[in-house]
Amino acid sequence: MSRKDPSGGLIISPIKNGTVIDHITAGEALNVLRILGITGSTRECLSIATNVKSEWMGTKDIVKVENRELRAEEVDRIALLAPHAKINIIRDYKVVEKKGVEIPEVLRGVVRCPNPGCITNTNEPVASTFEVLDKGLHCLYCDWLIKDDIANHII
Amino acid sequence: MYHIISIRDFERSDLDHLLDRAQEFDTGNYRPGLLDDKLLALLFFEPSTRTRMSFAAAMGRLGGKSISVDSVEASSIVKGETLADTIRVISSYVDAVVLRHPKEGAARLASEFTSVPVINAGDGAGQHPSQTLLDLYTIRQSMPIDGIDVGLLGDLRYGRTAHSLALALSLYDVTLHTVAPGGLEMPANITLELRERGMEVIEHPSVEEAIRELDVLYVTRIQRERFPDSASYYDVASSYRITTDLLDDVKERLMILHPLPRAGEIDPAVDCTPYARYFEQARNGVPVRMALLHEVMK
Repeated sequence: MSRKDPSGGLIISPIKNGTVIDHITAGEALNVLRILGITGSTRECLSIATNVKSEWMGTKDIVKVENRELRAEEVDRIALLAPHAKINIIRDYKVVEKKGVEIPEVLRGVVRCPNPGCITNTNEPVASTFEVLDKGLHCLYCDWLIKDDIANHII
Repeated sequence: MYHIISIRDFERSDLDHLLDRAQEFDTGNYRPGLLDDKLLALLFFEPSTRTRMSFAAAMGRLGGKSISVDSVEASSIVKGETLADTIRVISSYVDAVVLRHPKEGAARLASEFTSVPVINAGDGAGQHPSQTLLDLYTIRQSMPIDGIDVGLLGDLRYGRTAHSLALALSLYDVTLHTVAPGGLEMPANITLELRERGMEVIEHPSVEEAIRELDVLYVTRIQRERFPDSASYYDVASSYRITTDLLDDVKERLMILHPLPRAGEIDPAVDCTPYARYFEQARNGVPVRMALLHEVMK
């Protein structure tokens, strides 16, 4: 998994198969893990680096998950937290796909509406649906606007 | 399929067209029996007098018939049925559905599961577009909507009629004045949206300060349940009460509107002044709803 670097510390080694999420907004790595459903009780082999120096971003977080490739809706959720993130799909130690994240125009089933009176917070067979606007996320059912603290509303 | 869900879905030309149609129905300029082969479902999962009866009256005037569910207790909702399933089934019986529901977004959801047009008759603290249309219609009976000053008074935080009306008025050249008790002000995101739509919005600490500038004063009910106790409710409610004393030196064409029911916001003595137009406004519910019903079922 890891080897010693010349200064005596540990360097995270490359993964054989899985996903490397790079350029995560510093401090958001743990929220990214939450979105991916990775907790202390899940079995993925995981590496996390936080507040790593980055020429481009100043500081950034990195997450490596072995033996897992991300689904489109997981990428949508990550885009909300870390709009500059880069997803690298690794197979047999090689990067076979590298892509940025993009917040879609409409988020379906990604964010829970904070309005307790919204019909999407009932037993009705519909997913929450938000359009992404410059000023925030707009619920297409009840017109609620989420302007900040989006991480706390991600399903 | 044409649904009437939210005032946000309307362009100004849509509103003007519906108001023109309402005027034709109001003046008797229409062919009797326009909807005589149509059946309307009135699904009211919250209390209503004016809205439910005026939809039924409008359908009857057009020659159509209506069937209704008047409460949650009388429906399969109590057995755990979802609104989606209820709408799927009921819409297979009728030609249009009018829905009032306590949850915001209920009418939008219904429009996704129905096989016939849906008209939103109020969804929680959300939208009530047919009320807004009759508000606009009542204003337009007396004056052009462009170039006027409209005051909104009362519970502007939870009052769906105030939100819908403000959004509709932002499609016209209207200056909006708001007066609300502390904690019941217009939500910041709605005020922002109105300003982004180019509307001038002026907040006033008291109705006395604003009333002489107004062409229309739209009063809404201050809901007792928003206050921790009766004393604080009466303190606030009494300071937002429209009395004849307040009406000295107002504009001659001032009209006072209220979606009704009122709970003391307007002194009954005001009813006898030429400014009181709320009963006429309620009457206008019928021609406006005739226009809506005909539009979605024609």
